[in-house]
Amino acid sequence: MTNEKLIWLRKNLFSTWYNSLLTVACLLFLFWVARGIITWVTTQAQWSVIEVNLRLFLVGRFPQTLYWRVWTVLAIAAIVSAITGGVFFHKQQLTKRGIIIYIFIVGVLLFILPVDLISRLQLLLIGVLIFAGFGVGRNFAEVLTPWLSLLWLLSFPVIFWLIGGGFGLQSVPTNLWNGLLLTLLMAAVSIVLSFPIGLLLALGRTSDLPVVRWFSILYIEIVRGVPLVGILFLAQVMLPLFLPTDVRLDRVLRGIAGLVLFSAAYMAENVRGGLQSIPRGQIEAAKALGLNTILVVLLIILPQALRAVIPAIVGQFISLFKDTSLLSLVGLLELTGMARSILAQPEFLDRYAEVYLFIGLIYWVFCYSMSLASRRLEKQLNQ
Amino acid sequence: MINDYRFWRILGQFLAVFLTAIVVVILWENLNRNLQQLGIQFGFDFLNQQASFEIGERPISYKPTDTYSRALWVGLINSLRVAIAGIFLTTIVGITAGIARLSDNWLVRNISMVYVEIFRNTPLLLQLLFWYFAVFLSFPQVENKISIWGFISLSQSGLELPWFTLSPEFSALLLGLTFYTAAFIAEIVRGGIKSVPQGQWEAARSLGLKPGLVMRLVIFPQALRVIIPPLTSQYLNLTKNSSLAIAIGYPDIYFVASSTFNQTGRAVEVILLIMLTYLILSLSISLVMNLFNRSVQIQER
Repeated sequence: MTNEKLIWLRKNLFSTWYNSLLTVACLLFLFWVARGIITWVTTQAQWSVIEVNLRLFLVGRFPQTLYWRVWTVLAIAAIVSAITGGVFFHKQQLTKRGIIIYIFIVGVLLFILPVDLISRLQLLLIGVLIFAGFGVGRNFAEVLTPWLSLLWLLSFPVIFWLIGGGFGLQSVPTNLWNGLLLTLLMAAVSIVLSFPIGLLLALGRTSDLPVVRWFSILYIEIVRGVPLVGILFLAQVMLPLFLPTDVRLDRVLRGIAGLVLFSAAYMAENVRGGLQSIPRGQIEAAKALGLNTILVVLLIILPQALRAVIPAIVGQFISLFKDTSLLSLVGLLELTGMARSILAQPEFLDRYAEVYLFIGLIYWVFCYSMSLASRRLEKQLNQ
Repeated sequence: MINDYRFWRILGQFLAVFLTAIVVVILWENLNRNLQQLGIQFGFDFLNQQASFEIGERPISYKPTDTYSRALWVGLINSLRVAIAGIFLTTIVGITAGIARLSDNWLVRNISMVYVEIFRNTPLLLQLLFWYFAVFLSFPQVENKISIWGFISLSQSGLELPWFTLSPEFSALLLGLTFYTAAFIAEIVRGGIKSVPQGQWEAARSLGLKPGLVMRLVIFPQALRVIIPPLTSQYLNLTKNSSLAIAIGYPDIYFVASSTFNQTGRAVEVILLIMLTYLILSLSISLVMNLFNRSVQIQER
């Protein structure tokens, strides 16, 4: 071994006798774990349960003839996210290493996913579209920035129209929206709806009007003190009791209502942190300029506060994405619920580890990439 | 008068109260009408009726002929058992993982990072299901139990220690909650220790203290000031997340309350009970941790 490697080993792994012992113990532990995992993966695990049910995991019982709608939704979401990503990170250098990593990931996905040739070609097309969107976002950043929110706002009803149907498309009832499709939909809708409510609650909590302030405090503290399953239970069971008897609320709607109620309280606390970080001089200067309270809030306070809490909001989105798994406890078949119902079938009865590892991997990929993006974003905003 | 801003503020609040009152009255009317149609009267006297369902783990004696209130007490004690044991264990594991994250040993640092990144980015429900179904239910029967270090045995009947046996549901819930929350606590501890100025390390070393003593006597007490508020919220999260016991069949307060609802159909009372219980638990933990927080703050002149 070269001298540099030996020096690195000595400095990092064997610097004192204590460290050397720790290193040896860790190596033994890693070896034991790796041997156990590899033997299990290659001999005892039966991965057919994933291959056979891949469709169910990803889109559930969505009608197969209408899959083109799901592909279109994926394409739209991918392009809009890529453009947004390009605009946000347009100041950073586009490294060759980054491009190679991206191509590598797309290549690996195309190879190992057990789908037919047409799906692989469609995935390749989406990979190319993401690349193109990122490039467009980077190069036209200044032109596109004011249009970004409009782009997202427009894409939402289009996505819903494509998935739900109506207005010319064949309608798909909500109990056929399952799997990863439902998880992503509910996470996105809940975060979008909880944002204005959380904002209003945060403004209410810091307001001078005692009635508004007490109501906000009461709501936030009560909702934050109760577990999410409790709120979901409340939404599923009590919401129908509060409405006139002939109104039947959809299960998915009740689930979204529960998630929004829960998430708005946490969003309110995050935004309140941002509101409190604004120096008082800003408000005083705005008032000295003659702006009334509403204009002060809209033009001065909100832009600064929201910029300060974007990392916290992304963290909230990651938690919400993980919390959609709790919807499986109230009867909705999103990714975790789908996994449990697949495991209940007699032919896949004992495949717990394979299935849970697979959906664990899916959740991990989404959450880890979001948290990486959030850390990059934080670094960029603090420059 | 319309130029006086106080007029508008008071008018605005009156409007807010008025609108809220109208909404509340409408909802209340709907609720009463729907409850009447279902034939249920609001009241807590159903708590004295016979429960008629079995509870798997009974720290105090319980038979299906006991009342609902006794069943709810059993659930509450089960929740407290898991919460207290969980808080204790997760603090130990979390602080260890946090300090390991800052070690100068490359292997220890990266193993800790892999642990934190895996356990933080997967849902807790999934981890609990994995612990229970893929780990604990795959243990052999009692006759062929696996023995670790001579005094711990693992089998279908759970985790056997020399003094008592922990059921598989309790063990799975405890381990799942512990490792999930410890990953978050590790990051909090790491942030807290990094917030102590570098000069403190240097001064302590120049006084001749060994690294272990530096951490124990100088760095950690100062780091505690930054660590305790987010640590409190993690403890609260652990307590609230114990409600996921319903997914693996451990009879905590939420599970028992949910069974009570399934038997009696009394939604409003059961939800009020659940919310009250968790609010009291959360408030108690917050109070205790706030006292602790005050004792580690800087005593300014």
